Amino acid sequence: MSDTLLDIAGLNVRFGDVAAVSDVSISVMRGEAVGIVGESGSGKSAAMLAALRLHPADTAIEAARHMLGGQDVRRAPERAMRDLRGRFAAMIFQDPLTALNPLLTVGEQIGEVLVRHRGFGKRAAKAEAMELLGQVGIADAAARIGKYPHEFSGGMRQRVMIASALAGDPALLIADEPTTALDVTVQAELARLIARLQRERQMGLIWVTHDLALMAGIVDRVVVMYAGRIVEMAPVESLYRAPLHPYTVALLESLPRLNTPRGRILAGAPPRVDRTLTGCAFAPRCASRMAQCSETPPLFSRGETHAACWALA
Amino acid sequence: MKRVATFRPGPVFLGRLGALLLGCVLFLAVAAPVVAPFRPTDINLRQRLLPPAWEAAGNTRHLLGTDNVGRDIASRIIWGSRISLSVGLAASLLGACVGSTLGLCAGFFGGWTDRAISWLIDVQLAFPFTLFAIFLLAVFGGGFVPVVAVLALATWVNFARVVRSQAMSLRAQDFVLAARSVGVGTPRLLRRYLLPAVLPSIVVVGSFSAAQAIMTQAALSFLGVGVDPTIPSWGAMLDLGRNYLQTAWWMATFPGIAIALTVLGANLVGDWLSLRLDPRGR
Repeated sequence: MSDTLLDIAGLNVRFGDVAAVSDVSISVMRGEAVGIVGESGSGKSAAMLAALRLHPADTAIEAARHMLGGQDVRRAPERAMRDLRGRFAAMIFQDPLTALNPLLTVGEQIGEVLVRHRGFGKRAAKAEAMELLGQVGIADAAARIGKYPHEFSGGMRQRVMIASALAGDPALLIADEPTTALDVTVQAELARLIARLQRERQMGLIWVTHDLALMAGIVDRVVVMYAGRIVEMAPVESLYRAPLHPYTVALLESLPRLNTPRGRILAGAPPRVDRTLTGCAFAPRCASRMAQCSETPPLFSRGETHAACWALA
Repeated sequence: MKRVATFRPGPVFLGRLGALLLGCVLFLAVAAPVVAPFRPTDINLRQRLLPPAWEAAGNTRHLLGTDNVGRDIASRIIWGSRISLSVGLAASLLGACVGSTLGLCAGFFGGWTDRAISWLIDVQLAFPFTLFAIFLLAVFGGGFVPVVAVLALATWVNFARVVRSQAMSLRAQDFVLAARSVGVGTPRLLRRYLLPAVLPSIVVVGSFSAAQAIMTQAALSFLGVGVDPTIPSWGAMLDLGRNYLQTAWWMATFPGIAIALTVLGANLVGDWLSLRLDPRGR
């Protein structure tokens, strides 16, 4: 199998008139961690659901290239997709309170994946599920395995979600804002846990977030999205040290620092994507806009950084 | 101002009352051979049209009086409960199986599956049901199985509508998406994720549907398309008593009360269950 786990080019996702994702290209290699940053509604979650072809029925997706685990997702039958999901690529969702089936015990939910994808028998699945619970830091797994999700705290439930995502031993893990719904103290702990598991298992990781600070220590590469488009792609150090796109600059400036207690606030709001946007979507909020911004900018390269801004032309 | 003491029974009290009513009927149905003082078909022409025991002309051996051929009304009501309950439960159960399955599929799959099943529901609701039932039973003949089948034709719609709407909202829930994201297949998704979540509603609709089926069955018996003319049923007793309303009020009144109390019991239990089992109600 090749080392490129996910390879998407020119992805478009549309709900009716809304262009949630436009012309997005993302690839992830084995052992590589990619961060996707953006505000709510920037299309990052929609792109990730589309990557596994889990988008809602009323959504149209198209892509120039869409390979997942050697399968062409655009043409693969649903059966093949079901075999990939959980086995080759698994997903962790934002809200652990709603993403677990309230009517199955955590052991059953983890075991389900083991039985489905890895040919475990019922009893072996239970033993393996306990092992997985231990790996994600749930103490006393033997006592917890027969419990229902409501008997767990938010952070614990997210650990259960991670265990069930790992159960299929996936090559690619997509974490869709896995810490957003949790307490700040728990966030860092879980971020470290996911980062460690990714290194140990040499998985590809896509870390979707709007938390730039938390992401910095986890990912190798960052993709910044705005209004459904990629505005900047860069190795993580270059992005933090020398961001090129004005949106990325504003995003980094908005982070609180030790010497400036409050980050600078970016004025304005992201555009509505329900009408056909022309030109750079960030232009209305951009301090350095120019005449050319009424046309959609392509990605310009400066070394390893790519940014969609006419200032770089 | 004068304070008026009002008795406003709570849902738990009413639920228990309903359970008590249903429990009594169930007991009578099960224990009919022991409890009933006479066989329901025993004719005694010398004792015909006896009024209830507490009337001057009454006989203590026939507590609720006798009918036009001297059969004991109380015994016939006790035996008749067997028909009412079994038909009501069977029709409700059959309707639940068919209706829930269709509703689940309609809600989960959406698209043309949903359109086809919704169309069936609309057609069923648009039909004047009693007329349709009489027609079917007249063509295919009466009997337990045909009557249950025809009644299930009325009850499945209740299940299908409720289950469909719940399945539609469940389908969009995170835990269903999460299950799909690890490759859980559709049959398992329906069985292990959606069905348990809609089960409480099915139970609630089931108790209301049983009440509806009992009532409709009585109506059909009253109209002469019953289960079996040799077994007494409450509806058929009502029909017979209708001819004697002027001279023997008890012939129609007591079966009527039996129907009313049983249906009331099932509805009270249904109300209570819907309060108990609705997660939003807690």
